Amino acid sequence: MLALDRVSKTYPNGVAALARFSAEIRQGEIIAIIGGSGCGKSTLLRAIAGLDRASSGTVTLDNEAIASPHAKIGIIFQEPRLLPWLSVADNIGFGLADLAAPERREKVARALERVGLADKAQAWPRELSGGQAQRVAIARALVPQPEVLLLDEPFSALDAFTRRDLQDHLLDLWADTRPTLILVTHDVDEAVVLADRVLVMRPRPGRLFDQIEINLARPRDRHSPLFENFKRSVLTSLDRSLDRSVPDRDATQGPGQAMWW
Amino acid sequence: MISDAPALQQTSEPAESAAAPSRVARYARPLLGLLLPLTLALGWELVVWLGWSNGRLVPPPSRVFATIAELARSGELVRHIVATLWRVSLGFAFGVVAGTLLGAVSGYWSLARRLLDPTVQALRAIPSLAWVPLFILWLGIFETSKVVLIAVGVFFPVYLGVMGAILSVDRKIVEVGRTFRLSGFAMIRRILLPAVLPAYVVSLRVGLGLGWMFVVAAELIGASEGLGYLLLDGQQLGKPAQILAAIVIFAILGKLTDWLIEVAAAPFLRWQDAFGRAKGA
Repeated sequence: MLALDRVSKTYPNGVAALARFSAEIRQGEIIAIIGGSGCGKSTLLRAIAGLDRASSGTVTLDNEAIASPHAKIGIIFQEPRLLPWLSVADNIGFGLADLAAPERREKVARALERVGLADKAQAWPRELSGGQAQRVAIARALVPQPEVLLLDEPFSALDAFTRRDLQDHLLDLWADTRPTLILVTHDVDEAVVLADRVLVMRPRPGRLFDQIEINLARPRDRHSPLFENFKRSVLTSLDRSLDRSVPDRDATQGPGQAMWW
Repeated sequence: MISDAPALQQTSEPAESAAAPSRVARYARPLLGLLLPLTLALGWELVVWLGWSNGRLVPPPSRVFATIAELARSGELVRHIVATLWRVSLGFAFGVVAGTLLGAVSGYWSLARRLLDPTVQALRAIPSLAWVPLFILWLGIFETSKVVLIAVGVFFPVYLGVMGAILSVDRKIVEVGRTFRLSGFAMIRRILLPAVLPAYVVSLRVGLGLGWMFVVAAELIGASEGLGYLLLDGQQLGKPAQILAAIVIFAILGKLTDWLIEVAAAPFLRWQDAFGRAKGA
């Protein structure tokens, strides 16, 4: 279980990016974090990844405090961030340096097959399309079999068609080992397609505003009335989060305490 | 299917015709570059042969090549080339080692950069040839002062290239290394080194160019052998053909050593966008 306990981040210039964010996330759960710009979504994700330290509060994975990048936590960024000097296969195997070469090759080959890029194994990253490059990034993050995979707006730079394709593909890959997925997005459609639970954040300072369980069986039909309903409730919540006259629900309590909704 | 067949034929045709001119172009393009110098050389040869000029101050190509052949036959040429190459190699080696080490330290460690860089930049502002009298006083007129002068010339571009390359490594790529828990040596070997390599190769090539420039300066100042000595000797004894011969050999050696760096680095830089290569540079 991934536990966030009153995670706060104040930057040296005094900007409070994140204030007392608490949540408990079950192993294998898919969480979407959504909110207006400047609500601390990415800050939160970077704190979970151990890339930036929280100013206060703790992130614990199975009772182990996370303060620096951890083997069980993978991350996918908005850009693929492939290493341009490595072939596609070597990029995917980048996190497997500790394994013996034959074992690594086998895992990489399987991952390439799995993301449908077996024919691109020896290609250079610059030869890939945006969607293909992001697939390689997904494979690179998944191949060390993390327990938690963080995704920071991973599909926002892609065209609508490729984005849908990759969303479905991500779910498909997720089913293999069922890691916890935490996805930052500003696409309501994406949140409802993928997530078990949508956390809505509100800005200045970034904090949890609302959470919405998406009780829909997978695969989800993007055109079903139920799907539309969930989309509407996420949208409504988002609108309310940006309306300053709506008071904060008390989302700043520690985990385990009852929230009023 | 019926509509497919003609479409396929149509697409294969322009592909073939596109391949044909590119094959011609592959051979034609370097030749194109040779056109101007060859025309000028042949033209001058003709002018002298026709007696329109005596070619005493500007000897025709045939006389320059005859000089080279004569120097080669007597074994003089090899001696001079070896002397010059040895100086350039030593100076280049020292300059590269010092430039790489200090550049890497300054690029990697901001405290060192603040301590070191202003001084290096100030020294860089001094025209390096201004050091010559001092080097001669300190190190004597023989090999040491020459090698040091060349090393100084090589040092600055390499230092700047390495430091700039490290400073401009994409933070996002470094972060990828961090997410895979690379640190210290592993981060340098797997992220920083490959990332700076293209800029490093460029700085080596610039450094080598300056090394060749400074070897001429060093050998003009005082040497009993070397291609620079051939230049000076040619001037003092009024042998322009010998000067031109030395210049031609400098050009060949400079191009050759530059090409060696390029070829040695090529396998490591295959991943780069082949913009220059595609344009037939």
